[in-house]
Amino acid sequence: MTTVIEVQELHKRYGDTVAVADVSFRVDEGEIFGILGSNGAGKTTTVECVEGLRRADGGTIRVLGLDPVRDRAELTQQLGVQLQDAHLPEKLRVGEALDLYRSFYRTPADPAALMAALGLDEIRGTRFGKLSGGQQQRLSIALALIGNPRVAVLDELTTGLDPRARRETWRLIEDVRARGVTILLVTHFMDEAERLCDRVAVIEAGRVVAVDSPAALTKRAAAELGVERATLEDAFVALTGEHADVH
Amino acid sequence: MSTDALRRLTATEFTLFLRDKVGPIFGVLFPTALLCVFGNIDFFTDPANGIDGQPLLHTYTPILVGFVIAMLALNTLPPTLASYREQGVLRRLRTTPVGPARVLGAQFAICLATAVVSVILLLAVARLAFDVPLPRQPFAFALSALLAALALIGIAVLVAAVTPTAKAANAIGSVLFYVMMFFAGLWLPIQAMPAVLRHVSEATPLGAAVQALSDAGAGHWPPAWRLLLLAGYVVVTALLGIRLFRWE
Ligand SMILES: Nc1ncnc2c1ncn2[C@@H]1O[C@H](COP(=O)(O)OP(=O)(O)OP(=O)(O)O)[C@@H](O)[C@H]1O
Ligand SMILES: [Mg+2]
Repeated sequence: MTTVIEVQELHKRYGDTVAVADVSFRVDEGEIFGILGSNGAGKTTTVECVEGLRRADGGTIRVLGLDPVRDRAELTQQLGVQLQDAHLPEKLRVGEALDLYRSFYRTPADPAALMAALGLDEIRGTRFGKLSGGQQQRLSIALALIGNPRVAVLDELTTGLDPRARRETWRLIEDVRARGVTILLVTHFMDEAERLCDRVAVIEAGRVVAVDSPAALTKRAAAELGVERATLEDAFVALTGEHADVH
Repeated sequence: MSTDALRRLTATEFTLFLRDKVGPIFGVLFPTALLCVFGNIDFFTDPANGIDGQPLLHTYTPILVGFVIAMLALNTLPPTLASYREQGVLRRLRTTPVGPARVLGAQFAICLATAVVSVILLLAVARLAFDVPLPRQPFAFALSALLAALALIGIAVLVAAVTPTAKAANAIGSVLFYVMMFFAGLWLPIQAMPAVLRHVSEATPLGAAVQALSDAGAGHWPPAWRLLLLAGYVVVTALLGIRLFRWE
């Protein structure tokens, strides 16, 4: 298996705040790799360093063998990105946004198929400012995939989507992976991680506390908790225990 | 990067510019409407009230050209650029092969092209409806207008660079617009200003621009220092803008 994403000893500060203390992981070709962690754990910072949006303060990152900051021109052709929060111009219509982003790439995907898969057909003439949160999110997923990327980094893939849209999005992601695309996925949803991810990294306070398949993590949690069956949520709560917010 | 992407990006930004309506209405229709209002007031057309023996309307034509440029640069660019940055539009583009700099390029091109259309409309209506002669030194006129537009675009980028939100950029842009239009002689033509005020006005970007346009309109080249002053504004604002503008 070829390694597509390699993050080694990543370190990133914002002034005095250490957002990422020490994060390392590898993602193989065709894998769906999840990043889980509490709010503020450093997930977005990590993936933004992978995307080349932020410059790491320490460590090395390679995506398809490319340095995300130095080799931007080539990497952006092959890497699709969904940001946790980024908007489009208020008055830009859904169809126009897809046509525009499509023109940026050498070998773009078929916009009609993407629109159908994400339920964007009915709103293709709607302006971005008039879309609901979930509709904006679906457009943002479409734009991440419109360049026919070899690697997709999706930050909070289905946040804000209704249950039906979530399932449809999961199916789309599985289809995309079936074509050999490698996917790095940040999520807060344990069912999403269990359904989609081959392996997940759990990040806590800027450090990786576990990397394994969801099944292995739940098995280990069951053993540690001395119960017959544990859920991924049990495993997550146990792993992030010391720093997690107390409710 | 393909030329198709550049064309598409510019066309899309232009569509948004039209949809926004501020530029087309206030940058194209409004200045010519203002000319028509002035042109129908006897005070502006009677040579007896004029400066240097020509009707006030002739004096006001270059001022309105400055108005077009300032309106397009200061009232459309800063809020657009600041909102693109505030909402993450530029950040999103940073993850694509095209990058955010080209959006700025497209915005400048749209601003310049709209200014050309608007100035041509203004001069044509002035000539056909109110007998204001066309610029007698067209090349100097075009050069002065171009330098003025570039200087004001530079100032607009600076405004967008130092303001955190689209709202603030809008407010500062429009205050600057009124201040610059004052020095450009919208309320009192520079030729009629007291000496001290006139010197100050001639040192401001739009004041210098309007004087250069008046010179060219009357058929002679503006003094070199005037054009150099405008070029200086272009260079300084461009350098500062590149240093200060942030994509996020
Ligand atoms: N631009 C920034 N400037 C300063 N501090 C930041 C910035 N972005 C993030 N941080 C801080 O860095 C830490 C990690 O933030 P990050 O956004 O990576 O977390 P996250 O795991 O994605 O959280 P969430 O689940 O809430 O999205 C947090 O303490 C956050 O306050
Ligand atoms: Mg995040």
